Amino acid sequence: MKLVPSGSQTVGPFFSIGLTHLCAAQPSRETPPVTVRGRVLDGNGDGVPDAVLEIWQADSCGLYSSGPADASGMPSGFARITSGEDGCFSFATCLPGRIAFDDKRSQAPHLVVLVFARGLLRQLITRMYFSGEALNDDPVLASIPEDRRRTLVARPGTDSTGHLEWNVVLQGEEETVFFMW
Amino acid sequence: MLQPQMVALPPRGTQPDFHYPAYVSSQARSPRKPLIMLPSTESERTGPVFGHGIIAPHDDDLTAQHQGDPIGERLVVQGRVLDEDGRPVRGALIEVWQANAAGRYRHRVDQHHAPLDPNFTGCGRMITGADGRYHFKTIKPGAYPWANHHNAWRPAHIHFSLFGAGILSRLVTQMYFPGDPLQPLDPIFNSIADQKARNRLIAYFDIETTEPNYALGFRFDIVLRGSAETPFEAPKR
Repeated sequence: MKLVPSGSQTVGPFFSIGLTHLCAAQPSRETPPVTVRGRVLDGNGDGVPDAVLEIWQADSCGLYSSGPADASGMPSGFARITSGEDGCFSFATCLPGRIAFDDKRSQAPHLVVLVFARGLLRQLITRMYFSGEALNDDPVLASIPEDRRRTLVARPGTDSTGHLEWNVVLQGEEETVFFMW
Repeated sequence: MLQPQMVALPPRGTQPDFHYPAYVSSQARSPRKPLIMLPSTESERTGPVFGHGIIAPHDDDLTAQHQGDPIGERLVVQGRVLDEDGRPVRGALIEVWQANAAGRYRHRVDQHHAPLDPNFTGCGRMITGADGRYHFKTIKPGAYPWANHHNAWRPAHIHFSLFGAGILSRLVTQMYFPGDPLQPLDPIFNSIADQKARNRLIAYFDIETTEPNYALGFRFDIVLRGSAETPFEAPKR
């Protein structure tokens, strides 16, 4: 008989006491890094200054780490980021490789992103894809209504720093696609 | 053709809805468009595995992180982390944080007019053993008021964050205490519709865990989504 998983509860407003110790690590130590900048926004269009994002990603060969990378105890491919004033966040990553799907198809490079915040009773699960990569054949993107797929794609920023921009919109017209879990 | 299975969903009512209007902060922060079914691929089946390098001395004893003893009722909290098949989840990182005995968090946005305790930070972490067990010492957190509605008070609780076998096993929850009269009034606790599931977030008093002349003992077992078997046993690359 299966056990029923424990119920989730919100991370609340005071999570930094317990969670920021893991915030120093960047998800990838490979080069060259890509900086992703964005905002977490609520249904009123206001920035969410107290959100936690967790990134889980594969390396440039499309493989996920299975243990800590070194004596620090941190696995590669994981990062925890908090949003700040106006909901702004930023992190450095590197482009992961394509990831296996089934015996014929693979998935476009992507990050798995978990979102926690006061007001979220369960974490949200989403993905961030990279514009400029071949996205048309990605089976997960293909399962999403076409007019919403763009919410999962990070795009080059408007300045010359070479960074990518990607917002997490919790609610509203431009609401980010979140997955059932 | 081999086709990844869709991610299995938990039984109805055993997890909170994202939009739970009685919890006012959920109103503008919960998605309203349909959530999308997700296949279980390598991206979902894998997850970060942490080593003991991230654990420091006294991370499992919140009463020993300063020069003096914190004020409050000393507690030992212990339990097991299991997967849905009832197997122990070993090597799981647990992070805990909580208010002090007066109901005040050591956090700049906590405006509650209650004293900070110079001998209490309120944060800890540990990694489960081969039998899925964890154990830490702390003091009992106080209840505190919050702005959700008139005369709103959070029941005493300790925040828990856990990493299991895969990223979908990730769980952030709160542990409550038996016999707390604030629980029936608390929208966060009551956001879990299923009463049995809700009550599993209440630790139970355990005389076996209680240390004579030192601290009361509570047990709190946690069940993570999925199966712990595969990812932890995959060979290291």
